[in-house]
Amino acid sequence: MARPRLPFEFLVALRFLREGRMQTALILLGVTGGVAVIVFLSQLIAQLQSTIIDRVLGSQAHVVVRPLEEVNLRARSDPASTAVIEPRAQRLRSIDQWEAIVKLAEDQPGVVAVSPVVSGPAFALRGRASKSVALLGVEPDRYRRIVKMDTYMVRGKFQVEGTNAIIGTELAKDLGVTVGDKVFLRAAGGRDELLQVTGLFDIGNKDLNRRWVFTTMKLAQSLLDLPGGVSNIDITVTDIFDASEVAARLQAGSGMTVDSWMTTNSQLLAALRNQSVSNNLIRSFVIIIVALGISSVLVVSVVQKQKEIGILRAMGTSSNRIMGVFLLQGALVGFVGALSGVGLAWALLQIFSTIYRTGDGAPIFEPQLDTGIALSAAGIALAVGVLAALIPARRAAKMDPVQAIRA
Amino acid sequence: MTDAAGKPAIISMRGLRKSYGVGTPVETEVLHGIDADLAEGEFCALIGPSGSGKSTLLNLIGLLEPPTAGELSVAGQSTTGLNEQALTVLRGRHIGFVFQFHHLLPAFTALENVMMPAIIAHGVATAEDEAVAHDLLARVGLSSHEYKKAGQLSGGQQQRVAIARALSLSPRLILADEPTGNLDTHTADDIFALLREFNRERGSACLIVTHDPRLAARCDRRIELVDGRLAASTSVAEPA
Repeated sequence: MARPRLPFEFLVALRFLREGRMQTALILLGVTGGVAVIVFLSQLIAQLQSTIIDRVLGSQAHVVVRPLEEVNLRARSDPASTAVIEPRAQRLRSIDQWEAIVKLAEDQPGVVAVSPVVSGPAFALRGRASKSVALLGVEPDRYRRIVKMDTYMVRGKFQVEGTNAIIGTELAKDLGVTVGDKVFLRAAGGRDELLQVTGLFDIGNKDLNRRWVFTTMKLAQSLLDLPGGVSNIDITVTDIFDASEVAARLQAGSGMTVDSWMTTNSQLLAALRNQSVSNNLIRSFVIIIVALGISSVLVVSVVQKQKEIGILRAMGTSSNRIMGVFLLQGALVGFVGALSGVGLAWALLQIFSTIYRTGDGAPIFEPQLDTGIALSAAGIALAVGVLAALIPARRAAKMDPVQAIRA
Repeated sequence: MTDAAGKPAIISMRGLRKSYGVGTPVETEVLHGIDADLAEGEFCALIGPSGSGKSTLLNLIGLLEPPTAGELSVAGQSTTGLNEQALTVLRGRHIGFVFQFHHLLPAFTALENVMMPAIIAHGVATAEDEAVAHDLLARVGLSSHEYKKAGQLSGGQQQRVAIARALSLSPRLILADEPTGNLDTHTADDIFALLREFNRERGSACLIVTHDPRLAARCDRRIELVDGRLAASTSVAEPA
């Protein structure tokens, strides 16, 4: 059987495209390039952004609750006297009623984990070496849901009890200790304790590897003179971009100072936003260029196919169906271009993931294609194809069959 | 409406006028009130000198252009006031065209060209449409050329395909605008004979615009246009 199986519009649209081989090939190339640029850029930027955010948040709580700052209150103002007011020095204090705030935080929607932390300055001493460190008293089961310490452990496990301590690899190097050795820790207030190193971590940040010393909450409380208290409460949220909202709610509910990572890293966030804006700008221009390309090719095709359009009209094709034929050509070009564009973007991602690498040789991004990005780019290409075909299609539909045949 | 012989009319024209550039200073009337009928199954030549309005009249009858004034009925249906969609349907259902320059669709094979009116009418080609197309191409002697594109056929072959295409939906009226205009005498005779054959066999009325007095003489009737007016309507006593 040799009869064409396609419906009229598809049949004619496909034949017209096939007949204008060179034009079709060029415009397909254009759409492919456009879609590939959009998908590749979006994917690259999304991945780089999430890598950066992962790195920033890898050693940081999404939301942190701290005690209110201490301020001077004047009993009454006396117009006859002047006063010099010095800002108060902020001492290490506990969060008032912290158990209640932990409970409050846990009940907030969007909160995944809550971990009270006792933290303060101290010195780690061994022999004649003395290093300034940050003492962190944590409940490991809670804290590992704030910072993924388990994945950072180089030796030992992220568990503390009694006078055990977990220190970073840099500090261990500086003090010349390893698992099983002892380190003398003296808090700023003068209290001290001999700690046994039971684990080493590497967070991927030398500064933190040199400064963080984990102990039990109880030990940190006694060393820092905060009996029963905690200095801050760390919180992990489901959607990191909801962090400021959660922080605002908690601040209103607790009356404490509550900061989200978004405020502490506002510059980074602004940079990421600017990057997204420029990405959108590039995408818009690419879409416009692709649309103009499709449109101009189809306009030329309408002129070239004038006679055929006239013949089809004479044989009983309505002007609406002629319009359909040209809209379909736009859609087909958009659709096929989207498929090949997504394919090209995938290939580019494979190539660039081997080129872009971090200092330690790991790829900066995974060469994966996000289905959402690919589908939306394909959808845009299809819509742009149809819209771009609108003007040529209307022109074809309005063509006077008699004039068209005579042409 | 019936003609003198009592057959119903496939085409009926009353006071048909056509002007171009209506409302502009260069308004020109090409047809000045044509009154004529074409009976079902009639084989009629439309003759006249160049510029007499033959092609315009054919375009009006073919519903490709609307008349400026007057009444035109196709297959008993008045076309006055019909919208483009309705005219398209009427044209597709009752009228087949054969143009001077064959006007095949170059992107399609001979077989597909013959099937095209059916594809347009039915949305997609059916097995029956294909059988009809095979049969028609066999009748015009092109069975072995079914899968050739239009450009691979000679002028005469292309015109045969065009005739087969015009017949694919068995229209009641075939309009042919100088179908033999650019063919040599021998081929022209063949094409003409083919039209005549289909006319006799299927009863499709034919209106053929021609400059060739030899061919015109072989029609049942001749309608002659001079300067946009009906000059004569002569019945030929002994059709060839």
